[in-house]
Amino acid sequence: MTQDILTVDGLKAYYQMNYFGVEREVRAVDGITMTVRKNEIYGIAGESSSGKTSFIKVLAAAIRPPMRVVDGSAKFNFKNGPIDVTTATPQQIESIRWRHLSYIMQGSMSTLNPVRRIGKTFEDFAKRPLAASGTPYRERVLGHLERLKLPADVLNAYPHELSGGMRQRVTIGLATVCHPEFVIADEPTTALDVVVQKEVLGLIREIQQDMGSSVVFVTHDMSVHANMTDRVGIIYAGRLVEEGPTRQMFFAPKHPYTAHLVASLPRIGDTTQRPALEGRPPSLANPPAGCRFHPRCPLAIDKCKTEVPPLIPVANDHRSACWRWQDVGPLVKPHQANRVMA
Amino acid sequence: MSTLLEVKEVSKQFTMGGMLSRKIVRAVEGASLSLSVEKPEIFTIIGESGSGKTTLARMILGLELPSSGEISFRGKTVSHKVGRAERLEFMANVQPVFQNPFEAFNPLKRIDRYLESTATRFLKLRQRDDIDAAMDGALQKVGLSLAEVRGRYPHEMSGGQLQRAAIARALIPNPPLLVADEPVSMVDASLRMSIVNLLKSLRDDLKVSVIYITHDLATAYYISNRLIIMQRGRIVEMGDARTVLDNPEHPYSRLLKASVLSTEDAGDGKLATDPGMVALAGELVSKPGRLVDRPDGRLVRVYG
Repeated sequence: MTQDILTVDGLKAYYQMNYFGVEREVRAVDGITMTVRKNEIYGIAGESSSGKTSFIKVLAAAIRPPMRVVDGSAKFNFKNGPIDVTTATPQQIESIRWRHLSYIMQGSMSTLNPVRRIGKTFEDFAKRPLAASGTPYRERVLGHLERLKLPADVLNAYPHELSGGMRQRVTIGLATVCHPEFVIADEPTTALDVVVQKEVLGLIREIQQDMGSSVVFVTHDMSVHANMTDRVGIIYAGRLVEEGPTRQMFFAPKHPYTAHLVASLPRIGDTTQRPALEGRPPSLANPPAGCRFHPRCPLAIDKCKTEVPPLIPVANDHRSACWRWQDVGPLVKPHQANRVMA
Repeated sequence: MSTLLEVKEVSKQFTMGGMLSRKIVRAVEGASLSLSVEKPEIFTIIGESGSGKTTLARMILGLELPSSGEISFRGKTVSHKVGRAERLEFMANVQPVFQNPFEAFNPLKRIDRYLESTATRFLKLRQRDDIDAAMDGALQKVGLSLAEVRGRYPHEMSGGQLQRAAIARALIPNPPLLVADEPVSMVDASLRMSIVNLLKSLRDDLKVSVIYITHDLATAYYISNRLIIMQRGRIVEMGDARTVLDNPEHPYSRLLKASVLSTEDAGDGKLATDPGMVALAGELVSKPGRLVDRPDGRLVRVYG
């Protein structure tokens, strides 16, 4: 039995600016429709300025001007009732924040208050949502720290006294101490070294399985997605261009952009020439017509320049927005050939 | 064979704290390597943060003086405490490429101004046409052109283009050696390979040697000829890139390789690190050990 915890339907979030009489509209999220199931890790990949951060800002109910939700909805189906974050009142959002909907932030150094001990930061975060104080609160926090393999002393430490990996574990601890049903993780491991990164990723996965919550995991690093997620969605220029189970996305991608991302990953034990994608990500203020990937796409035909491809099912549980998805296969052949040899 | 760059038993210590709580940090200890003039190569320095890889690069660039040991470039000792003419000559030969192109360029200054000042300073060009030709030549090498870059500010270009412009700037004086400190870690996935392939073609077509500093083993395997792996200031393994990474011998190198996330088993969710490996690599940090030769040409640090 799989149930959806999040249903996003035709979501459009634009930045509307009006400086000195010049109006500018940046279409950062332009019609995204997707769902996140209970107890899964959904990966979102996309390069900088692809709109992925704007998208998760909407999901995290942090919609502030100049960003505005123009159309569509993002409905969560929490235990205490459904809520649409695009229309909810601040009071409603307050009631789900941290307890049901939580957020792991990117830079642990800038997230934690440098002049406050970790224990105090925990109190700021967790005392109210947990509705506990005294011994029950302390036991809850200490039990959670133990699960994160952090010593109890960290509560007395200042952020600068901890290593990067430990700090990141503290931010994960803060985000998960209330056992939220839905966690948004925005590039939580980008600043970490390889060895620590793997540890932290493993920990997020462990905690997720332990609590049975859903995670939306955002990073541009495809190799992290390969090892971390159950399903991956690729965002390009404000639109979801492909979505599917992680394994299928890596071994049978159905969108040329995904195929390129996968094919360009260098691997140890393989020195064949990797292709590089020419061109640059389009500007969201003035995106190309038709399929937004067409100026950089090796498969582009005339139709791609004028008509926007819909996100259609192409395989079991797998959707792609490409007019030529059937022809994408050959692009990834070198990758699969390698796999057979290895 | 003549040597281009020779790093001999170089160490660097930093003193931290005041008089009572003085602490000495050994950023680099006894590092040796050499590059030859005849055989341009991509020489990779791999290490985590705090391994001393950036300190080593700064010493090679002459921005930092070694506490002991010597670095020489074409037989001359590298130092910033030399005459202006000599320093400029060295800077024309060894050029840096930095990690974040958005920080390397002043956002209020046009990109071609940087290229122009590099051309006038190092090539001593004074004529407009000569300067333009030098700028365009360098930009062509990285797949850009002067027409695309002229008059533009850093925010008008993508990260990949900007990093290529940074490499073009470094190429203007036709240096035999580039020092690139994590040149791709801030560049988007779809543009990353264009930079990596560019470094490769600089070596193959323009015969430029590159010291490539990274923590990414996969790109290191892809482009480098030789590499060193550093752990807390010490070189723990050194040798041919393929030999070392295909079959790393030092426990720390093995841990690094095991921590690389592979896409071969995508979707299986394999994220466990062997705690024994982490402990073993951690134990060795405090031991000095010594580097020994192996029959396959690599150097490995052994203990006891």
